[in-house]
Amino acid sequence: MHPAKSVIIFTTFSGLGFGLLFWLGIGAITPTGWMAFVWFTIAYLAAVGGLLASTFHLGRPERAIKAFSQWQTSWLSREGICAVATLLVMAVYGAGLVFFDRVLAPLGWIGALGALATVFTTSMIYAQLKTVPRWRHWSTPALFLTLSVGGGALLAGQVTEALVLLALAAGLQVYGWITGDTALARSGTDMATATGLGHIGTVRAFEPPHTGTNYLMREFIHVVGRKHAQALRVIAAVLAFVLPVVFLLLPFSHIWGALALVSHIAGVLVLRWLFFAQAEHVVGLYYGKR
Amino acid sequence: MTQLPASTAKKLGLVIDLDTCVGCHACVISCKGWNTENYGAPLSDQDAYGANPSGTFLNRVHSYEVQPEAGTAQLIHFPKSCLHCDDAPCVTVCPTGASYKRVEDGIVLVNESDCIGCGLCAWACPYGARELDAKEGVMKKCTLCVDRIYNENLPEEDRVPACVRTCPAGARHFGDLGDAESEVSQLVAARGGFDLMPEQGTKPVNKYLPPRPKDVAPEFDVLAPFLDPVATDGKGFAHWLDKALSALPGGAK
Amino acid sequence: MSLDQPQLDTSPHVSDEVRKTTCYMCACRCGINVHMKDGKVAYIEGNRDHPVNQGVLCAKGSAGIMQHNAPSRLRAPLRRVGERGSGEFEEISWEEALQTATDWLAPLRANHPEKLAFFTGRDQSQSFTSFWAQGFGTPNYAAHGGFCSVNMAAAGIYTMGGAFWEFGQPDWDHTKLFMLFGVAEDHDSNPIKMGIGKIKARGARIIGVNPIRTGYNAVADDWVGITPGTDGLFILALVHCLMSAGKVDLDYLAQFTNASVLVNEDPKSDQFGLFLRDAAGQPQVIDRRTGQLAPWNGQGVEPDLAATHRAAGITHRPVFHLMADRYLDASYAPEAVADRCGISAQRIRALAADLARVAFDEPVILDRPWTDFRGKKHAQMIGRPVSFHAMRGISAHSNGFQTCRALHMLQILLGAVETPGGMRFKPPYPKPATAHPKPHGKVTAGAALDGPHLGYVHGPEDLLLHDDGSPIRIDKAFSWDNPMSAHGLMHMVISNAHAGDPYKIDTLFMYMANMSWNSSMNVGGVHKMLTDKDENGDYVIPRIIYSDAYSSEMVAYADLILPDTTYLERHDCISLLDRPICEADGVADAIRWPVVEPDRDVRGFQSVLCDLGARLGLPGFVNDDGSAKYKDYADYITNHIRRPGIGPLAGFRGADGKAEGRGAANPDQLQNYIDNGGFWIAHVPENCAYYKPFSAEYQDWAVKMGFYDVVQPYIFQLYVEPLRKFQAAAEGKGHRQPPDHLRGQIKATMDPLPIWYPPFEDGHVDPMEYPVHALTQRPMAMYHSWGTQNAWLRQIHGHNPLYVPTKIWDQHGFKDGDWARVTSAHGSITVPVALQAALNENTVWTWNAIGKRKGAWALDEKAPEATKGFLLNHLIHELLPPRGDGLRWANSDPVTGQAAWFDLRVKIEKSGIPNEAQPIMPAITSPVPQGPKDIAWTSRK
Ligand SMILES: Nc1nc2c(c(=O)[nH]1)N[C@H]1C(S)=C(S)[C@@H](COP(=O)(O)OP(=O)(O)OC[C@H]3O[C@@H](n4cnc5c(=O)[nH]c(N)nc54)[C@H](O)[C@@H]3O)O[C@H]1N2
Ligand SMILES: Nc1nc2c(c(=O)[nH]1)N[C@H]1C(S)=C(S)[C@@H](COP(=O)(O)OP(=O)(O)OC[C@H]3O[C@@H](n4cnc5c(=O)[nH]c(N)nc54)[C@H](O)[C@@H]3O)O[C@H]1N2
Ligand code: SF4
Ligand code: SF4
Ligand code: SF4
Ligand code: SF4
Ligand code: SF4
Ligand SMILES: [Mo]
Repeated sequence: MHPAKSVIIFTTFSGLGFGLLFWLGIGAITPTGWMAFVWFTIAYLAAVGGLLASTFHLGRPERAIKAFSQWQTSWLSREGICAVATLLVMAVYGAGLVFFDRVLAPLGWIGALGALATVFTTSMIYAQLKTVPRWRHWSTPALFLTLSVGGGALLAGQVTEALVLLALAAGLQVYGWITGDTALARSGTDMATATGLGHIGTVRAFEPPHTGTNYLMREFIHVVGRKHAQALRVIAAVLAFVLPVVFLLLPFSHIWGALALVSHIAGVLVLRWLFFAQAEHVVGLYYGKR
Repeated sequence: MTQLPASTAKKLGLVIDLDTCVGCHACVISCKGWNTENYGAPLSDQDAYGANPSGTFLNRVHSYEVQPEAGTAQLIHFPKSCLHCDDAPCVTVCPTGASYKRVEDGIVLVNESDCIGCGLCAWACPYGARELDAKEGVMKKCTLCVDRIYNENLPEEDRVPACVRTCPAGARHFGDLGDAESEVSQLVAARGGFDLMPEQGTKPVNKYLPPRPKDVAPEFDVLAPFLDPVATDGKGFAHWLDKALSALPGGAK
Repeated sequence: MSLDQPQLDTSPHVSDEVRKTTCYMCACRCGINVHMKDGKVAYIEGNRDHPVNQGVLCAKGSAGIMQHNAPSRLRAPLRRVGERGSGEFEEISWEEALQTATDWLAPLRANHPEKLAFFTGRDQSQSFTSFWAQGFGTPNYAAHGGFCSVNMAAAGIYTMGGAFWEFGQPDWDHTKLFMLFGVAEDHDSNPIKMGIGKIKARGARIIGVNPIRTGYNAVADDWVGITPGTDGLFILALVHCLMSAGKVDLDYLAQFTNASVLVNEDPKSDQFGLFLRDAAGQPQVIDRRTGQLAPWNGQGVEPDLAATHRAAGITHRPVFHLMADRYLDASYAPEAVADRCGISAQRIRALAADLARVAFDEPVILDRPWTDFRGKKHAQMIGRPVSFHAMRGISAHSNGFQTCRALHMLQILLGAVETPGGMRFKPPYPKPATAHPKPHGKVTAGAALDGPHLGYVHGPEDLLLHDDGSPIRIDKAFSWDNPMSAHGLMHMVISNAHAGDPYKIDTLFMYMANMSWNSSMNVGGVHKMLTDKDENGDYVIPRIIYSDAYSSEMVAYADLILPDTTYLERHDCISLLDRPICEADGVADAIRWPVVEPDRDVRGFQSVLCDLGARLGLPGFVNDDGSAKYKDYADYITNHIRRPGIGPLAGFRGADGKAEGRGAANPDQLQNYIDNGGFWIAHVPENCAYYKPFSAEYQDWAVKMGFYDVVQPYIFQLYVEPLRKFQAAAEGKGHRQPPDHLRGQIKATMDPLPIWYPPFEDGHVDPMEYPVHALTQRPMAMYHSWGTQNAWLRQIHGHNPLYVPTKIWDQHGFKDGDWARVTSAHGSITVPVALQAALNENTVWTWNAIGKRKGAWALDEKAPEATKGFLLNHLIHELLPPRGDGLRWANSDPVTGQAAWFDLRVKIEKSGIPNEAQPIMPAITSPVPQGPKDIAWTSRK
């Protein structure tokens, strides 16, 4: 799949933002007054910024509002609704803290659940796709959630939780990579089933339909060299998990905390780039490309 | 509305004969011509006269080379457009309801005025049957020429998809695959028509007819009786000729 | 649950009006419905009523709208201001353009008409353009047939009065076995596809004989991946098998071919190898009823295939004996040819057996009584349902003429010509060589030529030679170099004109042929010839006038450009006098008419010729008072009379428009055509739908229709006597004899019975050094160079790899994305390669004419066509490399002069990846602005 900037930024930062909202919601930290304002601004900047970024890849952003209508079937629609609902609830909860120094716990909990739901629905947009075997796996939502909540914890300074969650996420990610690398092969979809010509012999793409490129090839066919990919995986893992954990284990200081966060975000951006760039869409088979 | 209808009154679709398709691309261009002029926005072309021309097409013809265990390789031309799946994932993923499957005939369409161009339907389609138009920002796909097949302004015999009407080899057939008696269903039954990527569970309506076996050695003995030498009796060809001629009508003199 | 799906208008307005005219994107000439919306072309589809395409339309035809609107369209007459080849022009008025042309041409006509060479491309108005050239008085006129497929046409006409495509087609409705030789696409594009569809629907079989398995050959049930240039050998091996098994239609051969005609057997006789003729000059046969001599066409005669005749001490044997002598010889046995053809002996026998089985065990018999020209009544029509089609794959070789002859002979031996299930002629064919004009070349200053330029020679006496033996024509057509060059040799004009051999010309006038690019061999060399200057600094070819509709590569090399309209903006007629569009069951012709008016200062070329003809006072173009005879081409189409009652169009003749074939001019004829959908057709009577050459009924109908003026039945010429006459001359017989250096070639190649000899290139370049055959194929979705300006089609074929077979691929360790350096004895190119397994193991190929010159066709100079696309033409030369005999032999068929495109041999090696395909040629300045960046084509506002 084509690793589109907009979508990488969206999933990374909205994940982080909703992760933070989760911790705020469950009252892990209950800042008040202008401190609360700062916390919530950070959360909203990340979450909303991410959401906005996601609209950049729309052909018709001005109609985005229509995307809320199909919650019955569409994970994308559900995501939109969850996100907005969560942001509204948490706005009220936040207002309570900022202006009235009051913790509206029930609202917080609802918001926290909303945040999780939002991240989950986001992940399901990808996990639902049979056409991308690598994504269609329980580890996709699991990973999105742990990364989001873990990142949130990091942001919210929940050191122990962060340590646990990042470790968990790291494990899930490695597992995801291992299973993912064989997902297409195991999916049962190949050039033989794509063309239905397998019964004659081995199928090879001869001439493409057009000598030029097209939307499908740009969108779905993106090949990352194996070596290149392995290197990136290591870098991503180090940035997203190893370094932050190391920084957190060092005697606490805000510098380390900040560094841990920055490194983690950088790592997740790389992870997301790989998430897309390495995902094989079955349409590639029609073009003889994986 | 992106819920799929429980069932559709008809299952209109195409049957494509891979034994007959010569890969001429006529269907590709007539499709482009009809659809840039009709349903929805025109099909745009970027850098049309430049270094990297790339446009929107609703039907494209691939070609594959197939190498059997033994014997010479074969070449198969392979047209592909929307298969109007019964279980169309492209429809259910659509957040806006722009994508839908018609209750009356099962045609899968995009209502362009609702489409936000998120591309998710194209992601969900295993067949690469949807293309986002770069100029219009909306999703384009085969309409099964819904604006031809019922069109009162066209003569009866022209109420078929543009690609079917134009196919010089007659490799494209259009009809109701929900009706077991229809010509297309009969054809599919007779020729062993198949689904593309059945394992994806999309239940395509369009069917493909397999190429007939190629380069099969004749099952008869290539010599007798067809190539028995006539002049083995030593007397030679001229002698045989006399015999043969006298056997002709008006011969024997 | 009910779904709220949008309410669709399923009956939208389609168009305001449908205008029916004829497609132009290839010589198939299908009928099209042009849908108009507020005066603009909205959509083009096939015309269901049209005899050629019956509603279907190919990619090129459907893309006509982008062709018609191409940004590369020329806008006004152009005069060269820069150096030739630079592409620098200024736009001028038509008055200026026509005056310039007149000033150049008038003096030539007055003094040396031959100093004008007028050559046209694949347009279909040759009966008109040749009429103009004849009026001008130059012998130097021809169309492109010489580099196209004259071998097929000439072999067909000389052998049986017609070949494939324009002359005939398989009996698609009855044939049970269809064998296709060397065809990727052909002119008959849609009909062949429709036919293949019919055959497939019936479950009948198709055999494709082709080094490359794509397109038609991909859907063929059997693929014979033959070695290029060896089809003749393969066909004669099939003939060997069939004859030795007696699987030939003796009855048919005896009655309807010259297999029964008696040939002089005495090497000492000056009649050696010629037919025994009676006082009336009629070839003689032995009548089986009497055992006596009789003329071949005598009433009731039953020609005998076996009986010989001895007169004045000279034995005469029927042609069939000579055939037996030759083809039963072991040298034609499958075992003897297998290796050279790359087809196993077993396979050859199997194919022969297949032909035999279908032809003789599965006959198609129609209960249609008919009468032959000998007055014999036949109760039935007995068909041999084996049909063949072939084109340039066998004709574009230096042995192509004889190979095409061999294929026609094979069809005839099976009794599969003009019988049900076999090959059928399309009226006004069949038409034997003797019914065609002979070539004319008598030049008189200030007067018309003595007759039509092109035709069929019947012996040395018909050659166009001066008394000193030098050729009369600039292209050396109808000279000893290539005596039967029925279509002329357009591919030799530029090099001969440049070399001043046989003489210098003044003005080269060309129409619709991209002669500085894809239609020329040795492209770089041609550029030099076109721009070369003499010691005085004048161009060696002093003046070049060219008519094109688009900004092609050729435009840059002309001094004066006469811009044509697009095919939707002008009148045209597809005439029976020319290259008809008839079907086996009917005679038909058609028109084009301006369905839209040009929005540029351009004029239909034929109308321009009418004007120019009048300005030059050419006979046939001026009235007695010297005034212009024709206002424009439409006027000519309507009012020109070729022979009494015969005009360009055969339909709706006579004052009332009711007459067919013959009749007075009809002022409303064009409107009648338009009202009839742009065409006219009259059906062949049922009882003579087959056996046309021999059927009394057909002959009468043909005369009634005006195809010819007296009935002229004939029999097929398995043995072509005119060939023997040239051979005899080469042997030293007769008063007109070839120069000594050509005697050997003529003796060897102009054999009256089909033979095979290796392609000439094999004898001039070392097959060890150049082991690979290199070919091109027509892409179905592209038309030569001119499809590229089409924004839709160029996305399908924007560049072209060189396809390489597995053996060579592995040998050189090629990988996807690799490039290769391909070298011939003449030149070298560096191009991208791609793998193809279904390919003859010693053959590489690419799509034809995809590569483009930078600056042409209103494309970006970085267009893939110009950076990755390439031409094979750089590797092919119009002359074969020297072989030390002090002579340069032409790279063409010695009989007809057909360009031998497919004799090419190359070697191939892996190369680095250059940033562009080599050779890189400098860009030409475009006379038109580059096309727009993005488009969304629609007539809607
Ligand atoms: N779409 C489209 N249609 C066209 C044209 C076009 O440019 N585009 N051009 C038109 C013109 S001008 C012409 S002349 C016709 C030509 O139509 P074709 O006769 O089909 O000409 P080519 O495309 O050159 O195909 C030649 C075929 O012969 C094969 N071949 C080459 N050498 C040999 C050989 O030695 N033996 C055998 N058995 N096969 C061989 C090649 O592999 C190729 O398949 O097409 C006409 N129709
Ligand atoms: N390597 C290789 N070379 C080949 C062949 C091959 O098989 N292999 N095939 C050969 C054969 S058979 C042929 S026929 C030639 C074909 O080669 P060409 O005859 O050169 O064919 P085109 O490229 O179509 O060029 C025709 C010219 O006519 C112009 N034209 C188009 N429409 C109009 C119009 O309406 N009016 C006017 N006045 N001009 C118009 C086009 O712009 C173009 O410049 O190529 C030959 N060259
Ligand atoms: S038009 Fe028909 S033959 Fe041509 S590519 Fe399409 S399906 Fe195949
Ligand atoms: S082919 Fe693709 S676009 Fe068409 S219905 Fe099926 S899934 Fe949807
Ligand atoms: S691109 Fe349009 S049709 Fe496709 S899913 Fe998005 S909104 Fe729906
Ligand atoms: S049915 Fe219509 S829209 Fe679909 S491929 Fe054919 S022509 Fe195109
Ligand atoms: S075959 Fe195609 S290009 Fe040729 S005349 Fe017919 S429609 Fe036009
Ligand atoms: Mo040609």
